[in-house]
Amino acid sequence: MSQVTEYSEKVMDHFSNPRNVGEIENAAGVGTVGNAKCGDIMRMYLDIDEDQIVREAKFKTFGCGAAIATSSMATELVKGKSVTEALTVTNKAVMEALDGLPPVKIHCSLLAEQAIHAALWDYAEKNNITIEGLKPPVNDIDETEEFYQM
Amino acid sequence: MDKMIYLDNAATTKVAPEVFEAMKPYLLEEYGNPSSAYAFSGRIAGKVTEARDKIAGAIGAKEREIFFTAGGSESDNWAIKGVADALKDKGNHIITSAIEHHAVLHTCEFLEKRGYEVTYLPVDENGLVDPKELEAAIRPSTILITIMFANNEIGTIEPIAEIGRIAHEHGIYFHTDAVQAFGHVPIDVNEMNIDMLSASGHKINGPKGVGFLYIRSGTKITNLIHGGAQEYGRRAGTTNAAGIIGFARAAELAVSGMEETIAYESGLRDRLIGRILKEIPYSRVNGDLKKRLSNNVNICFRFVEGESLLILLDQKGICASSGSACTSGSLDPSHVLLAIGLPHEIAHGSVRLTLSKETTEEDVDYTVETLKQIIDRLRGMSPLYEDFLRKNHQARA
Repeated sequence: MSQVTEYSEKVMDHFSNPRNVGEIENAAGVGTVGNAKCGDIMRMYLDIDEDQIVREAKFKTFGCGAAIATSSMATELVKGKSVTEALTVTNKAVMEALDGLPPVKIHCSLLAEQAIHAALWDYAEKNNITIEGLKPPVNDIDETEEFYQM
Repeated sequence: MDKMIYLDNAATTKVAPEVFEAMKPYLLEEYGNPSSAYAFSGRIAGKVTEARDKIAGAIGAKEREIFFTAGGSESDNWAIKGVADALKDKGNHIITSAIEHHAVLHTCEFLEKRGYEVTYLPVDENGLVDPKELEAAIRPSTILITIMFANNEIGTIEPIAEIGRIAHEHGIYFHTDAVQAFGHVPIDVNEMNIDMLSASGHKINGPKGVGFLYIRSGTKITNLIHGGAQEYGRRAGTTNAAGIIGFARAAELAVSGMEETIAYESGLRDRLIGRILKEIPYSRVNGDLKKRLSNNVNICFRFVEGESLLILLDQKGICASSGSACTSGSLDPSHVLLAIGLPHEIAHGSVRLTLSKETTEEDVDYTVETLKQIIDRLRGMSPLYEDFLRKNHQARA
């Protein structure tokens, strides 16, 4: 395995010292994306104020080094942004902020983008509003019962 | 990093000082090509024969039945493709198992694309092939049975003698990939009715780039590497004299110290497994607890992913490996863990720790303590663990 040598310093930093790990109680928006079968699940919690500004972002992730690093970076990038601006935190933006990812790990940054979108969608639904440009999240999470029966 | 604890001895091992010393003269001084006519080279040819004799002795074979190769993968390719070709008029069916090394599986797939039929026998939850099931899979067209001696991921030792007996009774060639077993467990090709056996130097403190295929006298098998007349005209390529001499020395050391090594390693192995299962909740051991290589530990930790675990272990100075998809470059976790019935999501959280006779009790204890911290930390970040706790909480409330 050669992942460690292929990860940038920033990826290793965000993996080793992830920012914003945890949960937000009664979060304005929560989104879970990914698939345990493929080895990645990301859950993002957003705290959004009355002016529709993301005040706080937290995450929990089951996944590889890149999955944890992209989650950490995504939470950093959405903080302080309006819900519309938060849509600019794309997988590309997350990847660039991390000084790139190995080709086989690009899907992790996509998952981070989807996690933000899923959390924003949850927020929009709860508040009965429309965020321009936001599409319904792709939710392919698959938590089979057998997982709990080991 | 002050100290490195190397727990990946199934991947490769350190060359033993005695092995290095045995090889050295054949790199620096006696560098001649053993196939040449002059005396300078003749001396080396004699040493290679001596090495062949030592290797043969380690498995109860004759010197003329040992053919040196570039390693385990070449030996596996040769055995399977060679027999498939030599017996193509007799049949086109091969029996193997679902948990073989890729050197066997991908070779079988290669043959399938060329008209051969392959049965991939399933294994039980411990990774064992059922000899009865194997016997039932035999067809009139079966030309080869190839079952690994011991599994590289979960360490399960297959019922080789029983499989050999069945193959012998049916008059079918039996090949075994013994890359993880040679020098680690006692092998007798006659008692076990083995017709072909693959082994590799670097798994037993020998050098990389050298292996052998044992071929029982009289076995019909086509050559794989064509060219010069080396290896009794069966395998071309300039004789890797230093590698062969080093490999033979390593085999000699492994066989003479085998009993002691097994006793020592299995003690540490059981300590490691025992402590992990006792001290880290939601962990399980993969593979058979008894029919197991003395140095293999393979554990699944629920709710965590293998690559993260490996990087954090690495940061604490521990070298290990995982059956997680992320470490293989594919989306699927280890085919071995899936074959023993683990769901994908649990197979992703596996770690393999393979010990050596240099591993100490202190290393084992440090590894357990480190694992406890890492698993705790990763579970603290895991949405799966969060859901699990919530579900448990709700169930109790």
